[in-house]
Amino acid sequence: MAKIIGNEALSEDIYIIIIEGKFSGEIGQFYMLRGWEEYPLLSRPLSIYDINDGNISFLYKVIGKGTKRLSELKEGDNINLQGPYGNGFPKVDGKVALVGGGIGIAPLLYTGKILEDKVDKLDIYLGFREEAILTDEYRKYSDELYLSIGSNITDQLDINKYDYIFTCGPEPMMKKIVDMKSDNNTKIYVSLEKHMACGIGACLVCSCETKKGMTRVCKDGPVYLGEEVFYE
Amino acid sequence: MSNTQVNFSSIEFKNPVITASGTFGFGREYNEIYDINALGGISTKGITLKRRRGNKGMRIWETPSGIMNSVGLENPGVDDFIRDELPFLKKLDTNMIVNIGGSTLEEYIEAVDRVSKQKVDMIELNISCPNVKEGGMAFGIKTKTARKIVKEIRQITNIPLIIKLSPNAEDIVAIARACEEEGADGISLINTFKGLAIDINNRKPIFDNIYAGLSGPAIKPIALRMVNEVYKEVSIPIMGMGGIMNWKDGIEFMMAGATCIQVGTANFINPHICIEIIKGIEDFMDRENIKSLEEIIGII
Repeated sequence: MAKIIGNEALSEDIYIIIIEGKFSGEIGQFYMLRGWEEYPLLSRPLSIYDINDGNISFLYKVIGKGTKRLSELKEGDNINLQGPYGNGFPKVDGKVALVGGGIGIAPLLYTGKILEDKVDKLDIYLGFREEAILTDEYRKYSDELYLSIGSNITDQLDINKYDYIFTCGPEPMMKKIVDMKSDNNTKIYVSLEKHMACGIGACLVCSCETKKGMTRVCKDGPVYLGEEVFYE
Repeated sequence: MSNTQVNFSSIEFKNPVITASGTFGFGREYNEIYDINALGGISTKGITLKRRRGNKGMRIWETPSGIMNSVGLENPGVDDFIRDELPFLKKLDTNMIVNIGGSTLEEYIEAVDRVSKQKVDMIELNISCPNVKEGGMAFGIKTKTARKIVKEIRQITNIPLIIKLSPNAEDIVAIARACEEEGADGISLINTFKGLAIDINNRKPIFDNIYAGLSGPAIKPIALRMVNEVYKEVSIPIMGMGGIMNWKDGIEFMMAGATCIQVGTANFINPHICIEIIKGIEDFMDRENIKSLEEIIGII
């Protein structure tokens, strides 16, 4: 059990929850969160937004019962965290762009923070539907921050400028990036989202068929090489 | 410390707590979280003759007090299971129950035959999976078809055989009795209830396969009643399951007639739950001065 030290709304349905304690995690990994005893039955998988010395935080959007319940938790309440789980973004060097759309920006802050010093160039692209959030936070870790509100963030992206693209967001956005022609052999990694139950690769409810066969988003993912994924 | 050992047919279990098929993979993932040798046993993910990719679309949905799943027996097939998973399972100091499913009688026979050539502790014949369109549960609905499959399978294997029954059966007591008559060593019950969830905005079922299996606390009272009814009518031992979330639920199932208990959905909520259930049972035995769990099995 850990203690919640903050849980605030950044916009109508986007929240950031901060939990006290010493936590670890690689870029692109997630935790299973549970801030209630019995119901909803399942814990909720959320990717790591940030880790500091004495706390970990998660950025989330209220979608269903679990995230609604999460948003009602108060400072001082207890919460259970299992993790870190999953296969996150690779440790790379060279020129890197992080591209997030909507709540898909969540795993990219910590990713930027860890990669910033290690790569030659780190640009961050954030796309929002109605209003931009946390831009100052993302700017801290980026050489160049690109924003779009109500338009396609991918319109601003030239993948040939980069060796690696890490992206998380709506599937059409990620697919658009994967479909871009690269003269530069740019490697694109996508972070997927699925409903999960166990979170550790045992129950197979988050299975995802890829060009390499059946995989588990919670264990083999959530991060995949973009070209291996079948998009809807 | 209390002695939690139970004898299930000819097999000795160090404690009655077994992980239910489909919720625990082949044990590897949970073994990264705790030492799974502490378990009484593991029932593997359901194996079929050939590899299955499982169902498309949504596979999990929460309901009040339960979850519905539509995994559809995704598994590597019996040969890959024997090659890739069995060596790990064989090294464990816990009973290994290989769960086998199928779509046709021939598939069941072939899969059981291949597993029977290996050293495994027990086979759990799954005639109750509601998530496979072409069959699976079909064998577990009618007593006549259940009898036929148990009879055929019994003839080809000497490995202790338990039959996993469906709550969707036309007469679960009659099916259990048929299993006993055809030589099964035990019964496990219950598998999930066939249910339906609808996305009203899209006017479609949540699951591509339309119906899915309901598990969790929602089904516990019915599962408990079925265990009790079967216990009163058959003399082979029972593995009871259906919404066991804690040690108290486990004791209830034993009192209703289960010699062993299987824990499924609860593993997702708390990956350590089986260890906590074993500890809870030990403490209960100490407090109640119970020397052997046989003192409470089927006392209701």
